[in-house]
Amino acid sequence: MTAIDVKQPELPAANANRSPVTEVLISLSRSGSFLTGLVILLFWIVCALFGEHFTPYDPLADDIINALMPPSADNWFGTDQLGRDVFSRVIVGSRDILTVAPLATLLATVAGTTLGLFTGYFRGLVDDIISRILEAFMAIPVVIVALLAIVALGTSKSTVIIVIGLSFAPIIARTVRSAVLSERELDYVAAAQLRRESALHTMFVEILPNVIPPILVETTVRLGYAIFAVATLSFMGFGIQPPSPDWGLSISSNYGMIGGGFWWTVLFDALAIASLVIGVNLVADGVQGALND
Amino acid sequence: MIDTSTGPNALELHHLSVAYRVGRRNRAVLRDLSLTIRAGEAYGLVGESGCGKSTVALSVVRYLPRNGVITAGEISLAGHDVMKLDHEALRRMRAESVSMVYQDPGKALNPSIRIGRQLTEIFELRGISGQAAVDRAISMLNRVRISDPVRVMQRYPHQLSGGMQQRVGIAMALANDPTMLILDEPTTGLDATVEAEVLDLIAKLRQELSASILFISHNLAVVSRMCDRVGVLYAGMLVEEGPTEEVFNNPRHPYTVALLRCLPRGGQRKDQIRLDTIPGFLPSPGAQISGCPFADRCALADSRCHNELPLLHDLGGRLSRCHYHERAQDLPRTTPGHIAAAHVAAAPQPVLRIEGLNKTYAAHGHALRAVNDVSLDLMPGQTLGLVGESGSGKTTFARLLLGLVPADGGGTMELDGKTLASKLESRSAEQVKAMQIVFQNPDSALNRSHSIRHIMGRALRTLAGLRGAAQQKRLVELVRSVRLTERHLSVKPRQLSGGLKQRVAIARAFAGDPRIVVCDEPTSALDVSVQAAILNLLADLQTKERVSYIFISHDLAVVRYLSDQIAVLYLGRIMEIGPSERVFSGPHHPYTEALLSAVPKLDETEPSRVRLDGEIPSAINPPSGCVFHTRCPRKIGAICEEQEPPLFESEPGHKIRCHIPFEELARLQRKTDHINEVTA
Repeated sequence: MTAIDVKQPELPAANANRSPVTEVLISLSRSGSFLTGLVILLFWIVCALFGEHFTPYDPLADDIINALMPPSADNWFGTDQLGRDVFSRVIVGSRDILTVAPLATLLATVAGTTLGLFTGYFRGLVDDIISRILEAFMAIPVVIVALLAIVALGTSKSTVIIVIGLSFAPIIARTVRSAVLSERELDYVAAAQLRRESALHTMFVEILPNVIPPILVETTVRLGYAIFAVATLSFMGFGIQPPSPDWGLSISSNYGMIGGGFWWTVLFDALAIASLVIGVNLVADGVQGALND
Repeated sequence: MIDTSTGPNALELHHLSVAYRVGRRNRAVLRDLSLTIRAGEAYGLVGESGCGKSTVALSVVRYLPRNGVITAGEISLAGHDVMKLDHEALRRMRAESVSMVYQDPGKALNPSIRIGRQLTEIFELRGISGQAAVDRAISMLNRVRISDPVRVMQRYPHQLSGGMQQRVGIAMALANDPTMLILDEPTTGLDATVEAEVLDLIAKLRQELSASILFISHNLAVVSRMCDRVGVLYAGMLVEEGPTEEVFNNPRHPYTVALLRCLPRGGQRKDQIRLDTIPGFLPSPGAQISGCPFADRCALADSRCHNELPLLHDLGGRLSRCHYHERAQDLPRTTPGHIAAAHVAAAPQPVLRIEGLNKTYAAHGHALRAVNDVSLDLMPGQTLGLVGESGSGKTTFARLLLGLVPADGGGTMELDGKTLASKLESRSAEQVKAMQIVFQNPDSALNRSHSIRHIMGRALRTLAGLRGAAQQKRLVELVRSVRLTERHLSVKPRQLSGGLKQRVAIARAFAGDPRIVVCDEPTSALDVSVQAAILNLLADLQTKERVSYIFISHDLAVVRYLSDQIAVLYLGRIMEIGPSERVFSGPHHPYTEALLSAVPKLDETEPSRVRLDGEIPSAINPPSGCVFHTRCPRKIGAICEEQEPPLFESEPGHKIRCHIPFEELARLQRKTDHINEVTA
């Protein structure tokens, strides 16, 4: 009898060996919108972290004599009604928004992912009850919830984080739920049941890693909205309190003066908010493109 | 109309090379391919997945994906150079002279447009409108043997079954009276019974039409039935070509020889023989090939084969791209031809005993009986094959056994003499690990986020209770037992080929030393060479571990190879059950008879006689009496419609649910002679 040696099955060529993470990173590095957004975002992060070292003036220093000066060589963005340098205040004004908004988004992601995993995994009654509550929650505008919470809990950064985090959680939960629903039909979940894995293990160890891409996309999109929401709340006077330099706050305390022609006290803060939101959205766009390839 | 005797060839490919552009590199998928299809001829193109079959079809109609480029060569369709056509001429060519039928008719039809509209549109493009177009559409549907064309015209694609959809697809392809018809795996997604009908239809249409056919399939038996000539494609090269009968009966390329040997046939069984496999892998697209593309996998290859690309040798009306084509038949087997049967006396006690198992689903307010009063025994170390069309309840039955869905009350299941609860949560840890499953699709069954080490380690921890060093030791043993190496442990499933993934899934099922492993179509997603290796592995593991299998498959030859017992299911009922060889050799239930004759065979001289009409009825509203009477070719009369026949034991261990007495069945089936050989 002739029987030749059966060769050991080989691993495929090196190219297929790239991990999915590497592939996403490569695709991100080629995405123009991601890189543009990243540059804008990094600029504001640097400003938030080290801004106070390179501002031309102390952002908190009053100088009543030079109040409401228009933009000039000395004060590039002019001065506000207390004579503080607007440029310096815009530079460091990103500090609070860049701590509050990401933390709120993180809270929303963690809470939303957990809710989404439970509703998507258990389906049935659990899903019906939780989903209806979340939908009811989503029907109330963020600002109204925020006002109620701030009245009840008092004004502080943590209140803002909790309020925005919890208002965004249902939206993330809904995205995660639909991803989990389709993952749940795959046979590896049945295989886990046949090993009698606990529901928690199946949800967090088996299913969660496979629904990371949609969560990542939703998180970056939400971050943009969170920045907007934080700015809105501080504009309304909730959240970050004076004299901290903050864009929303600054717009709210100065917008009455636009009529008097003092446009520079509002415009640059508004542009700063817009650029940060655009930067985050560009990043989100890039992430979405890379993950959906 | 082209004169078939002297006109130009229907299709000529001259030295065609096609590449896909991936990551700024051209990866060759077709290499210097030349072939000719004569007018009125049916040409079959076979080969494993990834060898470039579909790329040929797409090149002919210039419909390659955006990154596909024709790097060299010419395509000439009925004498016209396809490459030189401008946009308008190309459009006219696609509208008037070539048609294509795709693998998945559900995706080829527009889901939101009624069938009638989709068909008449084709005629309107050709300037026939209004009632005339409708009449033409109806006659087209008549032509593809759709019995109620007016009603079908009113329907949306999703309201038709797969077989009906494919008929409509064929009708649409024929509507422009093409000179060239390209069929790309037209029956691959269909049940064997439906496949047989569609193939019959294509065969009949060939006689009525003048069209030449390019028939692409991975299924050698289907091609052998449909085609005059066949070309075998390997790594984008034509390795063998010739008249179908000659190529399949006397192949002259080692690859063709190997492909034919991988198929279980002639009643081969696990206790007599291991199936031949093709070691190694197809070269990846764009790979540099210096010698013969098959050299790495060929047992005949020597240094000449590795260094020098063989020419296409002309062997008188047929071609072979092999230096040693005259020796191709001597290709050594990769597995021992015969194995010493380790016969252990069958234990008297069944490992699994099922009595009166039922499962009812609620569907739109109706009760859907997916599994109806199923009783059977499974002996230790034996395989029970489950066969039946899709919708017959095979998979539901498997899920009931595993406890993934709870059975209705009333039936009993016993594992090793102990009652097996219908809910997984109520079973003992022992019972849970005793029954495991190998799923059809390893991509779905293996968690794509986890490494093989994690997947297997977790199974060993939960099923075998192993941790730490003991777990590592067993892990390596287990991986070796499915013929993988430790190197495979650190990778993720996506880095493995389909066959390797399925090995991991098998290893996982064996982690807890199971008593019973359910195999749910474990090879249907794999190529035939890989299928053979997996079947060998399952057979070896069974001998070694004394495990019982419940083996579900639509491929009867595969079931026959591995099974000791066969149960034939129809609408959730057992129609026939018995020892494998008895069920195959007959006399058998008319349904089994129809299933067997639906399978295309490689050496078939004439088409088999028994055909089933229509599709399996809905389980929501099953037919009265014998559920099979609506399609039964041997229906004897009113009794079939009124009374459900009992499952009658006609010979020891062989039960048939039919009103026709056993002797009468034997006489009837002898008359229509030897269809007992699945693939003789």
